[in-house]
Amino acid sequence: MKVTKDLVAASATPMVLGILAEGESYGYAILRRISQLSGGELDWTEGLLYPLLHRLERLGHVESSWQSVAGERKRKYYRITDRGLAELAEQRRQWDTVVGALKEIWHDRVPLTVDPLEGLA
Amino acid sequence: MTPHGGQEELEAQFEQWRRYVLRRRELQPSDADELEDHLRGSVDELVAAGLSPDEAFLVAVKRMGSLDELSREFAREHSERLWKQLVLTADAGGTVAGTRSRRDLWAMLGCAAGAVLSVKAPILFGLTLADDGPFYARNFTIFALPWLAAFLAWRRAARRQVIAILVALFAIGAVAANAYPLAEDSQSVVVTGIHLPIALWLVVGLAYVADDWRSSRRRMDFIRFTGEWFIYFVLMALGGGVLAAFLFNTFQAIGIVPEEFISQWLLPCGAAAAVVVAGWLVEAKQSVVENIAPVLTRLFTPLFTAALLAFLVAVAWTSHGIDVEREALILFDLLLVVVLGLLLYSLSARDPLAPPGAFDKLQLALVVSALAIDVLVLVEITGRITDDYGSTPNRAAALGENVILLVNLAWSAWLLLGFLRRRTPFAALERWQTGYLPVYAGWAWIVVLVFPPLFNYA
Repeated sequence: MKVTKDLVAASATPMVLGILAEGESYGYAILRRISQLSGGELDWTEGLLYPLLHRLERLGHVESSWQSVAGERKRKYYRITDRGLAELAEQRRQWDTVVGALKEIWHDRVPLTVDPLEGLA
Repeated sequence: MTPHGGQEELEAQFEQWRRYVLRRRELQPSDADELEDHLRGSVDELVAAGLSPDEAFLVAVKRMGSLDELSREFAREHSERLWKQLVLTADAGGTVAGTRSRRDLWAMLGCAAGAVLSVKAPILFGLTLADDGPFYARNFTIFALPWLAAFLAWRRAARRQVIAILVALFAIGAVAANAYPLAEDSQSVVVTGIHLPIALWLVVGLAYVADDWRSSRRRMDFIRFTGEWFIYFVLMALGGGVLAAFLFNTFQAIGIVPEEFISQWLLPCGAAAAVVVAGWLVEAKQSVVENIAPVLTRLFTPLFTAALLAFLVAVAWTSHGIDVEREALILFDLLLVVVLGLLLYSLSARDPLAPPGAFDKLQLALVVSALAIDVLVLVEITGRITDDYGSTPNRAAALGENVILLVNLAWSAWLLLGFLRRRTPFAALERWQTGYLPVYAGWAWIVVLVFPPLFNYA
């Protein structure tokens, strides 16, 4: 199964904000976490993740800082801001509505993960 | 842990990948850093899973997907990067180029401030712009251009001898503008007023080519500089005009008329500063922005060619002689200057190794038609030589210029023809134009220095 591109794009922002709400992180780790959360089903590319992170930074939802790890290697860490938390709450409300409605239709009682959306792919 | 040799090889591969990434304009060094960290994370994981560094690198790069797609995604978020921007101050990176551009900025500000002070300094000696307009008109280029030359000489780290020559030439210019007893309404004042800026601009050129003044390439760079400088200056003048208009009208609305401020401070100081700022902009932007002068040249060469050919046809059709009664010669001098400019700026932007093409033919047509018109004018003038043409400084200067431009264009046409027939290399044309620059300088200095006494300060 593969989740469609549109759905990946639509869920990208709450996904990234949600992961950053757990604590600051960096690109590669975010991608790993998404893959882990979805059991490898969500196919994110670097072309999706990094421009999205830059956009969220531009909108003030996240802030970034360069930290050096392992000698000369530099890593850009992202941290969620208060605005980002507010945005996450708003997105979550919307997603709850969508997921709740879908669950009503399908009379499904599966816990809240990406599984209920399986039928869309 | 990987063996040391494999690690070094891996670093080389990262370096190569990074260079490849940085070739994309959508991806900036900070993006490359971020993506490199991502790639390294990916490689580390694959190595931990048992792959060799080499294999891990290949797999990781492959996973990242095509760079085309990646940069397309980046471009959607960072569309501004596709527009080249002038970076005035370097980012926090503190690169060598960054410190250099910051130092340039300060030098430019210093020189611009110097130009502004020079314009206002004569006030200390009781010379105000309101009462001594002619003094300021005569000396404006002497106030502003030395500062531009100073900025360029500083940038080129000019040698002492060159600086001494520059200072001496500007001093001679100042003497020429002020020492001769020229009446305010004399022709010589006007002639000097036109030729002194040309002479001094070529002194600026000397500062520009200070590092290698014999080099034809450097002189061509100065020609490019001149075109771009002129365009930036005109743009700044337009902006200044808008600013002045707003200042005037808004202050007038509250009952204050800032006329004196605008005419005696804003405009002269702004113009003097703009002379230096334009020079700095050209220097700072030369590798960032496409040159505008050649673009305009491309647009206008066909139009001017058509206009000149139409004029020639009209002359032949009506068999009406060209009326050179009054100052018409100056008009035709200007025409030759425009044609020369069109020629120069397309030469300046041309790839010297490209084979002759249609545009070169068009240029030949332009130059030849301009020459034909000028010959008609000269024939007309020699017909009236009994009229003592050339007895005034105006006419003598105009005639001299005409001869100088005619010689330049005639030989250019010959070289162009040779180039089109693949007999002479393009470089010959370029060398001819750059070698001719001292002729303009020599003539301008003759007019400024010799003409007034020669014509009894008429």
